[in-house]
Amino acid sequence: MANIPQRIIHEYLRHDKKFPHVWCAGCSNGIVLGAIIRAIASMNLDRDDIVMVSGIGCSSRMPVYVDFNTLHTLHGRSIAYATGVKLHKPHLKVIVVTGDGDCTAIGGNHLIHAARRNIDLKVILINNNIYGMTGGQCSPTTPHDAIATTAPYGNIEPDFNVCNLAMGAGASFVARTTAFHVQEMQGIIKDAMEHPGFSLIEVISACPVIYGRLNKKGGAPQMMKEFRDNSIPLAAVDKLPPEKVEGKIVRGILRREIRPEFCAQYASLVQRVQAMGGE
Amino acid sequence: MLKNEKAKTPVKPKQETVTKKPDTALQELQQKRERKNVLMQGNEAVALGALDAGVNFFAGYPITPSTEIAEILATELPKRGGVFVQMEDEIASICAITGASLAGAKSLTATSGPGFSLMQEGIGFAKITETPCVVVNVQRMGPSTGMPTSPAQGDIMQAKWGSHGDSPAIVLYPDSVKESYELTIRAVNLSEKYRTCVILLLDEVLGHMREAVRLPDMANVRVISRIKPTVPPHWYKHYDENQKYLSPLASYGEGYRFHVTGLTHDSHGFPTNKSSEAGEMMERLRKKISYNIRDLVQIESHQMEDAKIAIFAAGITARAAKAAIAMARFEGIKVGLLRPLTIWPFPDDAVRKMLRNVETVIVPELNQGQLIHEVQRLTKDKSESNLIALQRVNGQLITPNDILRKIKEVF
Repeated sequence: MANIPQRIIHEYLRHDKKFPHVWCAGCSNGIVLGAIIRAIASMNLDRDDIVMVSGIGCSSRMPVYVDFNTLHTLHGRSIAYATGVKLHKPHLKVIVVTGDGDCTAIGGNHLIHAARRNIDLKVILINNNIYGMTGGQCSPTTPHDAIATTAPYGNIEPDFNVCNLAMGAGASFVARTTAFHVQEMQGIIKDAMEHPGFSLIEVISACPVIYGRLNKKGGAPQMMKEFRDNSIPLAAVDKLPPEKVEGKIVRGILRREIRPEFCAQYASLVQRVQAMGGE
Repeated sequence: MLKNEKAKTPVKPKQETVTKKPDTALQELQQKRERKNVLMQGNEAVALGALDAGVNFFAGYPITPSTEIAEILATELPKRGGVFVQMEDEIASICAITGASLAGAKSLTATSGPGFSLMQEGIGFAKITETPCVVVNVQRMGPSTGMPTSPAQGDIMQAKWGSHGDSPAIVLYPDSVKESYELTIRAVNLSEKYRTCVILLLDEVLGHMREAVRLPDMANVRVISRIKPTVPPHWYKHYDENQKYLSPLASYGEGYRFHVTGLTHDSHGFPTNKSSEAGEMMERLRKKISYNIRDLVQIESHQMEDAKIAIFAAGITARAAKAAIAMARFEGIKVGLLRPLTIWPFPDDAVRKMLRNVETVIVPELNQGQLIHEVQRLTKDKSESNLIALQRVNGQLITPNDILRKIKEVF
């Protein structure tokens, strides 16, 4: 018998039920899943208290593999379902795993309103710049000029800056990292889990099989190298001349501020109303 | 169960003077109201019915003519520690009540035509995942924006077929303010019992009409809540096929850590592509309704004993029919009314019996022909001339005189 040490992730996976998974070789989704699990394990959270909610897409298949309370919903609607779960049982830690199409196209309205309310959801947006599950269509984060099956001559639309969108809508915790920076990602997820308010983490990720092929990015290792070479930590931005920042992925916690959280606001409203004597 | 049978249950003894001091503000509210007739709107009755049924989560979006339901619950739910949240749209509303229900809430939303259209995908999700919730649709006229403050009964088919794919439906349809209260409670009860999204259709005029209502003593309100699992988590099946299609339901945060997906799933809730499991799941959704027709179908049979002409109508149109029947009987014409309180599943047996016993059936409805097709489906051995349509879609009601004229035409 091979002597394979038990790893933390194995304790959290529904290994006897749902494997092998659906993701392609080289996909970043598994890396993000590993980081989420290690972050949760490091915090000693009770898995009965964790709810993972997702919509539709490659990344949204994640909940089925993990041994939490899991909810795989409609395309774009994960944040709306998560809002219902969280409001009814505010003590639960609600994590939303979503993709660029799910969260910023069909689900854009729910994203901005959840950010505005500052409801304590942890939204992990895995941005692979394309619709992978349906075979490579253009998404709101597909870069200008990039190729997609529905932009065969190059994408003429500008792409969303997801973090700026969330900050503009009022998210109180916003961070960006890449699938290459696994340790950083794990730390950011932990910070987000501890933050009392709406948190959005954008993880720039690799879809070598579809996006990579269409845009001649090489394989998964080449895409990972690109994330390494083409990104800079937020702390370095101020020290560099603007031309060196231009076009780079800026990584790190872009916003962390404390403002009233929605479920807490609702609880104090209930207290105030009940103190008035029911009339 | 026939409505008439229900009425035979012993009438509650006259209310004694309450001497017990109420422990909570809520009980005080309830005790205060039961001793008097209150003038209230249909929408108000729905809101109070929801509260009495134990609804503790409402998510909604303002839309005429249902908005009062949200407004009342925004005032009342916080008093009871329940949640009211105004969402960004109707799509988010149906999603939020479904999520809350999975976390253990009794949840409800209220809307009207355009919002009901937006909710359809979410209604399908609640049905395939067998998650209890209630959608109240106060119907207004026309497709699209139509006439927001005018009545129509145009969503009868949408209430059953609005979501894509086969999805068996439970849809209730009251005809008075009092019944709006009762059927709201019933809708919540059925959603909890059958683990599905139950739809309550109201007519615009019913939502906004005021009638004197004496709400029952809370002790006489029957409230059903979902069955909770009694097995340890590793035995739990989210869809237990051995429980006569009415299986226990765990909530998030209770240690069961189950999976819910809108994909076709097996009895544990995990996605499957096996045709055997997919077929089983679809059959389960169908049988849950079709094996429980007796429990689900409620009809009112009004002066049908000696009737030669029957009127088949629902909601506010049935109210007009009752007035027309009184006038017709005064002139010696034997007319009766069959009224479905449950329109889906359709009361096939009662309609077949009606078709056997009368010469002519008039189907008045505020649409271009919806209920009449269901009646027609059951008229195998009758010539079509015996089935008379009376339809109106212009924002006006069908009046008792309209129906009386039709009765005299066919008499």
